[in-house]
Amino acid sequence: MTTPTPRVIVPSAAAKGEIFQVKTIISHEMETGLRHDDQGNVIPRKIINKFVCRYNETVVFSVDLHEAISANPFFEFSLRATESGRLDFVWEEDGGAVYTLSHQFTVG
Amino acid sequence: MKSWTRREFSRLAGAALLTALNQPKARGQAKARVVVIGGGIGGATVARYLAASATAIEVTLVEPRQSYATCFFSNLYLAGLRPFESLSHGYEALAKQYGIIVVHESAAAIHPAAKTVALNNGSKLSYDRLVVAPGIAFRDRALEGYDEAAMEIMPHAWNAGQQTRLLRQQLESMEDGGLFVLVAPPNPFRCPPAPYERASLVASYFQRRKPKAKILILDAKDSFNAQDLFQDAWNRHYPGMIEWLPAQFTGGVTAIDAKTRSVITAGATFKAAVANVIPAQMAGRLAQQAGLANRSGWCPVDPVTFESALQPGVHLVGDAIIGGDMPKSAFCANSQAKACAFAIAADLTGSARFPAHLFNTCYTYLAPDDAFSNAISFKPVDGKLKSVISFVSKVEESSEVRRQAARAAEGWYDAFTHDVFG
Repeated sequence: MTTPTPRVIVPSAAAKGEIFQVKTIISHEMETGLRHDDQGNVIPRKIINKFVCRYNETVVFSVDLHEAISANPFFEFSLRATESGRLDFVWEEDGGAVYTLSHQFTVG
Repeated sequence: MKSWTRREFSRLAGAALLTALNQPKARGQAKARVVVIGGGIGGATVARYLAASATAIEVTLVEPRQSYATCFFSNLYLAGLRPFESLSHGYEALAKQYGIIVVHESAAAIHPAAKTVALNNGSKLSYDRLVVAPGIAFRDRALEGYDEAAMEIMPHAWNAGQQTRLLRQQLESMEDGGLFVLVAPPNPFRCPPAPYERASLVASYFQRRKPKAKILILDAKDSFNAQDLFQDAWNRHYPGMIEWLPAQFTGGVTAIDAKTRSVITAGATFKAAVANVIPAQMAGRLAQQAGLANRSGWCPVDPVTFESALQPGVHLVGDAIIGGDMPKSAFCANSQAKACAFAIAADLTGSARFPAHLFNTCYTYLAPDDAFSNAISFKPVDGKLKSVISFVSKVEESSEVRRQAARAAEGWYDAFTHDVFG
Protein backbone atom coordinates (compact mmCIF):
# COMPACT_ATOMS: atom_id res chain seq x y z
CA MET A 1 0.00 0.00 0.00
CA THR A 2 1.29 3.44 -0.89
CA THR A 3 1.89 5.85 1.96
CA PRO A 4 -0.13 8.87 0.88
CA THR A 5 1.71 12.19 0.61
CA PRO A 6 -0.54 15.18 1.26
CA ARG A 7 0.52 18.55 -0.17
CA VAL A 8 -0.86 22.08 -0.02
CA ILE A 9 0.01 25.24 -1.93
CA VAL A 10 -1.32 28.34 -0.16
CA PRO A 11 0.09 31.88 0.36
CA SER A 12 1.52 32.67 3.81
CA ALA A 13 -0.02 36.13 3.95
CA ALA A 14 -2.89 38.16 2.50
CA ALA A 15 -4.56 41.53 3.06
CA LYS A 16 -7.74 41.58 5.16
CA GLY A 17 -10.73 40.82 2.97
CA GLU A 18 -8.58 39.47 0.13
CA ILE A 19 -9.66 36.27 -1.60
CA PHE A 20 -6.85 33.73 -1.93
CA GLN A 21 -6.46 30.36 -3.67
CA VAL A 22 -5.84 27.08 -1.88
CA LYS A 23 -4.63 24.03 -3.83
CA THR A 24 -4.39 20.59 -2.26
CA ILE A 25 -3.46 17.16 -3.53
CA ILE A 26 -2.88 13.79 -1.92
CA SER A 27 -1.04 11.01 -3.74
CA HIS A 28 -3.43 8.14 -3.22
CA GLU A 29 -4.46 5.22 -5.41
CA MET A 30 -8.17 5.48 -4.48
CA GLU A 31 -8.66 1.70 -4.71
CA THR A 32 -12.34 1.27 -5.55
CA GLY A 33 -12.98 -2.18 -4.07
CA LEU A 34 -14.32 -3.22 -7.48
CA ARG A 35 -11.09 -4.68 -8.90
CA HIS A 36 -9.57 -8.16 -8.66
CA ASP A 37 -5.92 -9.12 -8.31
CA ASP A 38 -4.43 -11.70 -10.68
CA GLN A 39 -5.49 -14.54 -8.34
CA GLY A 40 -9.08 -13.38 -8.74
CA ASN A 41 -9.44 -11.98 -5.22
CA VAL A 42 -11.25 -8.70 -4.68
CA ILE A 43 -8.83 -5.90 -3.83
CA PRO A 44 -10.44 -4.24 -0.77
CA ARG A 45 -11.69 -0.69 -1.06
CA LYS A 46 -9.30 1.94 0.25
CA ILE A 47 -10.09 5.51 -0.64
CA ILE A 48 -9.82 8.95 0.90
CA ASN A 49 -13.46 9.34 1.94
CA LYS A 50 -13.39 12.85 3.39
CA PHE A 51 -11.38 16.05 3.04
CA VAL A 52 -11.81 19.00 5.40
CA CYS A 53 -10.15 22.43 5.61
CA ARG A 54 -10.48 24.42 8.87
CA TYR A 55 -9.60 28.09 9.25
CA ASN A 56 -8.94 28.79 12.93
CA GLU A 57 -11.02 25.74 13.92
CA THR A 58 -13.97 26.65 11.68
CA VAL A 59 -14.76 24.31 8.81
CA VAL A 60 -14.53 26.41 5.63
CA PHE A 61 -14.35 23.63 3.03
CA SER A 62 -15.42 20.01 3.23
CA VAL A 63 -15.89 17.20 0.70
CA ASP A 64 -17.16 13.63 0.94
CA LEU A 65 -15.45 11.40 -1.62
CA HIS A 66 -16.70 8.14 -3.14
CA GLU A 67 -15.34 5.33 -5.33
CA ALA A 68 -15.71 7.23 -8.59
CA ILE A 69 -13.13 9.86 -7.62
CA SER A 70 -9.92 9.20 -9.53
CA ALA A 71 -6.47 8.65 -8.00
CA ASN A 72 -4.58 11.57 -6.41
CA PRO A 73 -7.62 13.72 -5.52
CA PHE A 74 -6.92 17.39 -6.22
CA PHE A 75 -8.93 20.33 -4.85
CA GLU A 76 -8.63 23.99 -5.61
CA PHE A 77 -10.82 26.46 -3.75
CA SER A 78 -10.93 30.09 -2.63
CA LEU A 79 -11.03 31.52 0.90
CA ARG A 80 -11.43 35.08 2.20
CA ALA A 81 -8.68 36.34 4.53
CA THR A 82 -10.34 37.47 7.76
CA GLU A 83 -7.74 37.06 10.53
CA SER A 84 -4.28 35.65 11.15
CA GLY A 85 -4.06 32.10 12.38
CA ARG A 86 -3.92 28.55 11.16
CA LEU A 87 -5.26 26.55 8.25
CA ASP A 88 -5.66 22.83 8.98
CA PHE A 89 -6.11 20.24 6.24
CA VAL A 90 -7.37 16.73 7.02
CA TRP A 91 -7.71 13.73 4.70
CA GLU A 92 -9.59 10.73 6.12
CA GLU A 93 -8.92 7.27 4.68
CA ASP A 94 -11.02 4.08 4.78
CA GLY A 95 -9.97 2.12 7.87
CA GLY A 96 -9.58 5.24 9.97
CA ALA A 97 -6.13 6.54 8.99
CA VAL A 98 -5.91 10.34 8.91
CA TYR A 99 -3.37 12.51 7.10
CA THR A 100 -2.95 16.14 8.12
CA LEU A 101 -1.12 19.34 7.22
CA SER A 102 -1.16 22.71 8.98
CA HIS A 103 -0.26 26.12 7.60
CA GLN A 104 0.35 29.41 9.44
CA PHE A 105 -1.34 32.35 7.78
CA THR A 106 -0.88 36.10 8.41
CA VAL A 107 -3.49 38.76 7.65
CA GLY A 108 -1.81 42.15 7.37
CA MET B 1 -11.78 2.63 -33.93
CA LYS B 2 -11.58 -1.17 -33.93
CA SER B 3 -9.61 -3.18 -31.39
CA TRP B 4 -7.23 -6.04 -31.85
CA THR B 5 -7.08 -9.07 -29.64
CA ARG B 6 -3.66 -9.95 -28.21
CA ARG B 7 -3.24 -12.83 -30.70
CA GLU B 8 -4.07 -10.68 -33.72
CA PHE B 9 -1.72 -8.00 -32.45
CA SER B 10 1.20 -10.45 -32.21
CA ARG B 11 0.64 -11.55 -35.80
CA LEU B 12 0.32 -7.99 -37.09
CA ALA B 13 3.37 -6.68 -35.26
CA GLY B 14 5.45 -9.33 -37.03
CA ALA B 15 3.80 -8.62 -40.36
CA ALA B 16 4.51 -4.91 -40.03
CA LEU B 17 8.22 -5.57 -40.20
CA LEU B 18 7.82 -7.79 -43.25
CA THR B 19 5.39 -5.93 -45.52
CA ALA B 20 7.89 -3.32 -46.57
CA LEU B 21 10.43 -5.90 -47.67
CA ASN B 22 8.59 -6.47 -50.95
CA GLN B 23 10.90 -4.67 -53.29
CA PRO B 24 9.53 -2.72 -56.23
CA LYS B 25 11.51 -3.03 -59.46
CA ALA B 26 13.51 -0.03 -60.59
CA ARG B 27 13.41 0.89 -64.27
CA GLY B 28 15.15 4.28 -64.40
CA GLN B 29 18.21 4.87 -66.55
CA ALA B 30 20.56 7.45 -64.99
CA LYS B 31 20.80 7.29 -61.22
CA ALA B 32 18.54 9.65 -59.38
CA ARG B 33 20.05 11.19 -56.24
CA VAL B 34 18.38 11.21 -52.86
CA VAL B 35 20.03 12.88 -49.89
CA VAL B 36 18.85 11.92 -46.41
CA ILE B 37 19.79 14.25 -43.56
CA GLY B 38 19.78 12.65 -40.13
CA GLY B 39 20.81 9.10 -39.26
CA GLY B 40 18.32 8.44 -36.51
CA ILE B 41 15.60 5.83 -36.86
CA GLY B 42 13.57 7.71 -39.50
CA GLY B 43 16.52 8.82 -41.62
CA ALA B 44 18.39 5.50 -41.49
CA THR B 45 15.21 3.60 -42.44
CA VAL B 46 14.50 5.85 -45.45
CA ALA B 47 18.07 5.43 -46.63
CA ARG B 48 18.05 1.67 -46.22
CA TYR B 49 14.68 1.07 -47.88
CA LEU B 50 15.43 3.41 -50.79
CA ALA B 51 18.78 1.76 -51.39
CA ALA B 52 17.29 -1.72 -51.09
CA SER B 53 14.25 -1.06 -53.26
CA ALA B 54 15.70 0.86 -56.18
CA THR B 55 19.18 0.26 -57.60
CA ALA B 56 18.57 3.25 -59.87
CA ILE B 57 18.76 5.59 -56.89
CA GLU B 58 21.97 6.81 -55.31
CA VAL B 59 21.39 7.37 -51.62
CA THR B 60 23.54 9.64 -49.45
CA LEU B 61 23.04 9.68 -45.69
CA VAL B 62 24.31 12.77 -43.86
CA GLU B 63 24.95 12.14 -40.17
CA PRO B 64 27.74 13.68 -38.07
CA ARG B 65 27.91 10.87 -35.50
CA GLN B 66 29.75 7.60 -36.13
CA SER B 67 27.01 5.66 -34.39
CA TYR B 68 23.49 6.16 -33.12
CA ALA B 69 22.30 5.38 -29.58
CA THR B 70 18.62 4.54 -29.30
CA CYS B 71 16.43 6.51 -26.93
CA PHE B 72 14.19 3.48 -26.66
CA PHE B 73 15.63 1.04 -24.10
CA SER B 74 17.89 3.81 -22.71
CA ASN B 75 15.73 3.77 -19.57
CA LEU B 76 16.90 0.19 -19.02
CA TYR B 77 20.48 1.48 -19.14
CA LEU B 78 19.58 4.17 -16.57
CA ALA B 79 18.30 1.43 -14.28
CA GLY B 80 21.52 -0.57 -14.65
CA LEU B 81 19.76 -3.33 -16.59
CA ARG B 82 21.55 -2.94 -19.92
CA PRO B 83 25.05 -1.76 -20.94
CA PHE B 84 25.20 1.50 -22.85
CA GLU B 85 27.03 -0.18 -25.74
CA SER B 86 23.97 -2.36 -26.40
CA LEU B 87 22.05 0.79 -27.40
CA SER B 88 24.63 1.85 -29.96
CA HIS B 89 24.36 1.08 -33.70
CA GLY B 90 26.85 1.94 -36.43
CA TYR B 91 26.27 2.73 -40.11
CA GLU B 92 28.70 0.14 -41.51
CA ALA B 93 26.03 -2.28 -42.72
CA LEU B 94 24.09 0.51 -44.44
CA ALA B 95 27.26 1.51 -46.28
CA LYS B 96 28.60 -1.96 -47.09
CA GLN B 97 25.49 -4.06 -47.70
CA TYR B 98 23.26 -1.40 -49.22
CA GLY B 99 25.79 0.85 -50.95
CA ILE B 100 24.61 3.95 -49.12
CA ILE B 101 27.10 6.82 -49.16
CA VAL B 102 27.42 7.75 -45.49
CA VAL B 103 28.81 11.26 -44.96
CA HIS B 104 29.79 11.99 -41.36
CA GLU B 105 29.20 15.74 -41.48
CA SER B 106 26.51 18.13 -40.27
CA ALA B 107 24.17 19.76 -42.74
CA ALA B 108 24.57 23.53 -42.46
CA ALA B 109 21.79 24.68 -44.79
CA ILE B 110 19.25 23.49 -47.35
CA HIS B 111 18.66 25.32 -50.64
CA PRO B 112 15.42 23.87 -52.05
CA ALA B 113 15.40 26.11 -55.15
CA ALA B 114 18.91 24.97 -56.18
CA LYS B 115 18.24 21.45 -54.80
CA THR B 116 21.45 21.44 -52.82
CA VAL B 117 22.52 20.81 -49.24
CA ALA B 118 25.48 22.73 -47.82
CA LEU B 119 27.60 20.78 -45.35
CA ASN B 120 29.58 22.16 -42.42
CA ASN B 121 32.88 21.25 -44.10
CA GLY B 122 32.06 23.64 -46.97
CA SER B 123 31.09 21.00 -49.53
CA LYS B 124 27.77 20.77 -51.28
CA LEU B 125 25.47 17.87 -52.18
CA SER B 126 22.98 17.99 -55.05
CA TYR B 127 19.75 16.03 -54.92
CA ASP B 128 16.65 15.14 -56.86
CA ARG B 129 14.80 14.49 -53.64
CA LEU B 130 15.75 15.43 -50.11
CA VAL B 131 14.62 13.71 -46.92
CA VAL B 132 15.07 15.53 -43.64
CA ALA B 133 14.79 13.55 -40.41
CA PRO B 134 15.91 16.19 -37.92
CA GLY B 135 14.47 14.74 -34.71
CA ILE B 136 13.67 17.15 -31.92
CA ALA B 137 15.10 20.32 -30.45
CA PHE B 138 14.24 21.96 -27.15
CA ARG B 139 12.18 25.12 -27.28
CA ASP B 140 14.13 28.27 -26.51
CA ARG B 141 13.42 29.81 -23.12
CA ALA B 142 10.91 27.07 -22.30
CA LEU B 143 12.32 26.97 -18.76
CA GLU B 144 14.11 29.99 -17.33
CA GLY B 145 17.65 29.14 -16.27
CA TYR B 146 17.80 25.85 -18.17
CA ASP B 147 20.72 26.60 -20.48
CA GLU B 148 23.54 24.36 -21.72
CA ALA B 149 25.50 24.76 -18.50
CA ALA B 150 22.43 23.77 -16.47
CA MET B 151 21.98 20.68 -18.68
CA GLU B 152 25.38 19.44 -17.46
CA ILE B 153 24.12 19.64 -13.86
CA MET B 154 20.49 18.64 -14.37
CA PRO B 155 20.55 16.51 -17.55
CA HIS B 156 17.63 16.09 -19.93
CA ALA B 157 18.88 12.72 -21.25
CA TRP B 158 16.31 13.00 -24.03
CA ASN B 159 18.79 12.36 -26.81
CA ALA B 160 20.60 9.14 -25.96
CA GLY B 161 24.33 9.62 -25.50
CA GLN B 162 26.51 11.61 -23.13
CA GLN B 163 23.43 13.06 -21.38
CA THR B 164 22.11 9.58 -20.64
CA ARG B 165 25.48 8.51 -19.20
CA LEU B 166 25.59 11.66 -17.07
CA LEU B 167 22.18 10.96 -15.58
CA ARG B 168 23.20 7.36 -14.87
CA GLN B 169 26.36 8.54 -13.08
CA GLN B 170 24.33 10.95 -10.96
CA LEU B 171 21.79 8.28 -10.03
CA GLU B 172 24.61 5.90 -9.09
CA SER B 173 26.39 8.43 -6.88
CA MET B 174 23.19 9.70 -5.24
CA GLU B 175 22.93 8.88 -1.54
CA ASP B 176 20.18 6.60 -0.28
CA GLY B 177 17.28 8.78 0.86
CA GLY B 178 17.89 11.38 -1.86
CA LEU B 179 15.12 12.93 -3.95
CA PHE B 180 15.15 12.35 -7.72
CA VAL B 181 13.04 15.01 -9.45
CA LEU B 182 11.85 14.35 -12.99
CA VAL B 183 10.37 17.29 -14.93
CA ALA B 184 7.97 15.92 -17.56
CA PRO B 185 7.35 17.99 -20.70
CA PRO B 186 4.15 19.39 -22.23
CA ASN B 187 2.58 17.66 -25.28
CA PRO B 188 3.61 16.91 -27.92
CA PHE B 189 6.99 15.35 -27.17
CA ARG B 190 9.23 12.44 -28.16
CA CYS B 191 7.92 9.09 -26.86
CA PRO B 192 4.82 9.84 -24.73
CA PRO B 193 5.24 7.01 -22.15
CA ALA B 194 9.02 7.47 -21.75
CA PRO B 195 9.19 9.94 -18.80
CA TYR B 196 6.96 7.61 -16.79
CA GLU B 197 8.82 4.48 -17.90
CA ARG B 198 11.98 6.26 -16.76
CA ALA B 199 10.47 6.94 -13.33
CA SER B 200 9.39 3.28 -13.12
CA LEU B 201 12.80 1.83 -14.00
CA VAL B 202 14.73 4.30 -11.84
CA ALA B 203 12.42 3.22 -9.02
CA SER B 204 13.35 -0.41 -9.67
CA TYR B 205 17.03 0.59 -9.39
CA PHE B 206 16.39 2.54 -6.18
CA GLN B 207 14.47 -0.37 -4.73
CA ARG B 208 17.48 -2.61 -5.25
CA ARG B 209 20.22 -0.14 -4.24
CA LYS B 210 18.75 2.91 -2.45
CA PRO B 211 15.44 1.84 -0.91
CA LYS B 212 14.91 5.10 1.02
CA ALA B 213 15.16 7.28 -2.10
CA LYS B 214 12.08 9.05 -3.48
CA ILE B 215 11.00 10.10 -6.96
CA LEU B 216 8.97 13.22 -7.62
CA ILE B 217 7.53 13.84 -11.08
CA LEU B 218 6.66 17.48 -11.76
CA ASP B 219 4.48 17.39 -14.84
CA ALA B 220 3.62 20.12 -17.33
CA LYS B 221 0.36 18.22 -17.91
CA ASP B 222 -2.68 17.21 -15.86
CA SER B 223 -2.70 13.65 -17.17
CA PHE B 224 -0.33 11.44 -19.12
CA ASN B 225 -0.01 8.50 -21.48
CA ALA B 226 -1.19 5.14 -20.05
CA GLN B 227 -1.61 6.79 -16.66
CA ASP B 228 -3.79 4.00 -15.26
CA LEU B 229 -1.18 1.37 -16.18
CA PHE B 230 1.65 3.35 -14.62
CA GLN B 231 -0.15 4.28 -11.41
CA ASP B 232 -1.30 0.70 -10.91
CA ALA B 233 2.30 -0.50 -11.37
CA TRP B 234 3.77 2.16 -9.07
CA ASN B 235 1.42 1.08 -6.29
CA ARG B 236 2.22 -2.60 -6.81
CA HIS B 237 6.00 -2.41 -7.32
CA TYR B 238 7.19 0.74 -5.55
CA PRO B 239 4.63 1.68 -2.88
CA GLY B 240 5.28 5.20 -1.60
CA MET B 241 8.35 5.80 -3.77
CA ILE B 242 6.96 7.69 -6.78
CA GLU B 243 4.88 10.82 -6.41
CA TRP B 244 3.37 12.56 -9.44
CA LEU B 245 2.22 16.19 -9.27
CA PRO B 246 0.11 17.55 -12.14
CA ALA B 247 0.46 21.10 -13.48
CA GLN B 248 -2.92 22.01 -12.02
CA PHE B 249 -1.43 21.59 -8.55
CA THR B 250 2.06 23.11 -8.98
CA GLY B 251 1.06 25.70 -11.56
CA GLY B 252 3.72 24.19 -13.84
CA VAL B 253 7.52 24.31 -13.80
CA THR B 254 8.65 27.83 -14.66
CA ALA B 255 12.37 27.92 -13.88
CA ILE B 256 15.46 25.89 -13.01
CA ASP B 257 18.13 26.90 -10.50
CA ALA B 258 21.14 24.76 -11.36
CA LYS B 259 23.23 26.20 -8.50
CA THR B 260 20.93 24.76 -5.85
CA ARG B 261 19.68 21.96 -8.11
CA SER B 262 16.15 23.25 -7.61
CA VAL B 263 13.05 23.12 -9.77
CA ILE B 264 10.80 26.13 -9.39
CA THR B 265 7.07 25.94 -10.04
CA ALA B 266 4.48 28.69 -9.82
CA GLY B 267 3.42 27.44 -6.38
CA ALA B 268 6.50 25.88 -4.76
CA THR B 269 10.23 25.11 -5.11
CA PHE B 270 11.60 21.57 -5.00
CA LYS B 271 15.27 20.88 -4.20
CA ALA B 272 16.60 17.71 -5.80
CA ALA B 273 19.54 15.42 -5.13
CA VAL B 274 19.37 14.45 -8.80
CA ALA B 275 17.16 16.18 -11.35
CA ASN B 276 16.18 15.11 -14.86
CA VAL B 277 14.69 18.07 -16.70
CA ILE B 278 12.91 17.23 -19.94
CA PRO B 279 11.96 20.53 -21.60
CA ALA B 280 9.24 21.40 -24.13
CA GLN B 281 10.14 20.30 -27.64
CA MET B 282 9.84 21.21 -31.33
CA ALA B 283 11.19 19.93 -34.65
CA GLY B 284 15.00 19.85 -34.90
CA ARG B 285 16.97 23.04 -35.64
CA LEU B 286 17.55 22.29 -39.33
CA ALA B 287 13.79 22.06 -39.92
CA GLN B 288 13.33 25.45 -38.24
CA GLN B 289 16.14 27.09 -40.24
CA ALA B 290 14.97 25.63 -43.56
CA GLY B 291 11.38 26.82 -43.20
CA LEU B 292 10.03 23.28 -42.90
CA ALA B 293 8.21 23.93 -39.60
CA ASN B 294 5.08 26.02 -39.19
CA ARG B 295 4.15 28.23 -36.24
CA SER B 296 3.50 25.19 -34.06
CA GLY B 297 7.24 24.41 -34.25
CA TRP B 298 6.52 21.10 -36.04
CA CYS B 299 6.55 20.15 -39.73
CA PRO B 300 3.33 19.71 -41.76
CA VAL B 301 3.58 16.90 -44.34
CA ASP B 302 1.50 15.03 -46.89
CA PRO B 303 0.39 11.89 -45.00
CA VAL B 304 0.87 9.62 -48.05
CA THR B 305 4.30 10.70 -49.37
CA PHE B 306 5.61 12.61 -46.30
CA GLU B 307 6.52 15.48 -48.61
CA SER B 308 6.69 18.81 -46.83
CA ALA B 309 3.58 20.97 -47.15
CA LEU B 310 5.89 24.00 -47.11
CA GLN B 311 8.82 23.00 -49.40
CA PRO B 312 8.14 20.83 -52.47
CA GLY B 313 10.75 18.15 -53.12
CA VAL B 314 11.66 17.90 -49.44
CA HIS B 315 10.29 15.00 -47.38
CA LEU B 316 10.22 14.68 -43.60
CA VAL B 317 9.77 11.69 -41.30
CA GLY B 318 9.92 10.96 -37.59
CA ASP B 319 9.49 13.02 -34.46
CA ALA B 320 9.69 16.36 -36.31
CA ILE B 321 6.46 15.97 -38.29
CA ILE B 322 2.88 16.78 -37.40
CA GLY B 323 1.83 13.15 -37.28
CA GLY B 324 -1.87 13.44 -36.45
CA ASP B 325 -2.76 10.37 -34.41
CA MET B 326 0.75 8.92 -34.81
CA PRO B 327 2.80 9.38 -31.64
CA LYS B 328 6.40 10.56 -31.79
CA SER B 329 7.90 7.11 -31.46
CA ALA B 330 10.81 5.34 -33.15
CA PHE B 331 8.49 2.70 -34.59
CA CYS B 332 6.27 5.40 -36.14
CA ALA B 333 9.37 7.06 -37.62
CA ASN B 334 10.39 3.71 -39.12
CA SER B 335 6.91 3.11 -40.52
CA GLN B 336 6.66 6.62 -41.99
CA ALA B 337 10.15 6.21 -43.45
CA LYS B 338 9.13 3.09 -45.40
CA ALA B 339 6.03 4.81 -46.83
CA CYS B 340 8.19 7.82 -47.70
CA ALA B 341 10.91 5.68 -49.34
CA PHE B 342 8.41 3.88 -51.55
CA ALA B 343 6.70 7.14 -52.53
CA ILE B 344 10.06 8.65 -53.54
CA ALA B 345 11.08 5.47 -55.40
CA ALA B 346 7.77 5.53 -57.31
CA ASP B 347 8.26 9.20 -58.25
CA LEU B 348 11.86 8.79 -59.36
CA THR B 349 11.83 5.36 -60.99
CA GLY B 350 8.21 4.67 -61.84
CA SER B 351 8.13 1.68 -59.49
CA ALA B 352 4.78 0.54 -58.13
CA ARG B 353 3.01 2.69 -55.58
CA PHE B 354 1.84 1.07 -52.37
CA PRO B 355 -0.95 2.22 -50.13
CA ALA B 356 0.78 3.32 -46.93
CA HIS B 357 0.66 0.74 -44.13
CA LEU B 358 1.51 2.72 -41.03
CA PHE B 359 1.99 1.14 -37.65
CA ASN B 360 3.17 1.78 -34.16
CA THR B 361 4.35 -0.97 -31.83
CA CYS B 362 5.73 -0.05 -28.44
CA TYR B 363 6.78 -1.88 -25.32
CA THR B 364 7.02 0.01 -22.06
CA TYR B 365 8.70 -1.32 -18.92
CA LEU B 366 7.00 -0.84 -15.56
CA ALA B 367 9.57 -3.07 -13.84
CA PRO B 368 12.28 -5.41 -15.18
CA ASP B 369 9.70 -8.23 -15.37
CA ASP B 370 6.59 -6.18 -16.10
CA ALA B 371 6.06 -4.53 -19.47
CA PHE B 372 3.00 -3.42 -21.38
CA SER B 373 2.56 -3.05 -25.10
CA ASN B 374 0.50 -1.21 -27.61
CA ALA B 375 -0.03 -1.53 -31.33
CA ILE B 376 -1.90 0.87 -33.55
CA SER B 377 -2.42 1.00 -37.29
CA PHE B 378 -2.93 4.31 -39.09
CA LYS B 379 -4.06 5.53 -42.47
CA PRO B 380 -4.33 8.90 -44.20
CA VAL B 381 -7.87 10.30 -43.99
CA ASP B 382 -8.61 13.77 -45.41
CA GLY B 383 -4.97 14.81 -45.28
CA LYS B 384 -4.44 13.64 -41.69
CA LEU B 385 -3.02 10.47 -40.16
CA LYS B 386 -5.82 8.72 -38.30
CA SER B 387 -5.63 5.62 -36.11
CA VAL B 388 -7.61 2.67 -37.47
CA ILE B 389 -7.18 -0.36 -35.21
CA SER B 390 -5.47 -0.49 -31.84
CA PHE B 391 -4.38 -2.84 -29.11
CA VAL B 392 -3.38 -1.50 -25.70
CA SER B 393 -2.49 -3.52 -22.59
CA LYS B 394 -4.91 -3.36 -19.69
CA VAL B 395 -4.45 -2.84 -15.96
CA GLU B 396 -6.02 -6.24 -15.15
CA GLU B 397 -3.52 -8.33 -17.14
CA SER B 398 -1.87 -11.18 -15.25
CA SER B 399 1.73 -10.90 -14.13
CA GLU B 400 2.54 -13.80 -16.50
CA VAL B 401 1.27 -11.81 -19.52
CA ARG B 402 3.39 -8.85 -18.39
CA ARG B 403 6.45 -11.05 -17.92
CA GLN B 404 6.03 -12.37 -21.45
CA ALA B 405 5.74 -8.81 -22.76
CA ALA B 406 9.00 -7.88 -21.00
CA ARG B 407 10.75 -10.78 -22.78
CA ALA B 408 9.02 -10.06 -26.12
CA ALA B 409 10.28 -6.50 -25.90
CA GLU B 410 13.89 -7.69 -26.08
CA GLY B 411 13.15 -9.57 -29.30
CA TRP B 412 11.33 -6.50 -30.59
CA TYR B 413 14.43 -4.37 -29.93
CA ASP B 414 16.75 -6.71 -31.81
CA ALA B 415 14.43 -7.18 -34.79
CA PHE B 416 13.64 -3.48 -34.97
CA THR B 417 17.21 -2.16 -34.81
CA HIS B 418 18.23 -4.83 -37.34
CA ASP B 419 15.48 -3.57 -39.66
CA VAL B 420 16.82 -0.01 -39.38
CA PHE B 421 20.59 -0.42 -39.33
CA GLY B 422 20.95 -3.79 -41.09
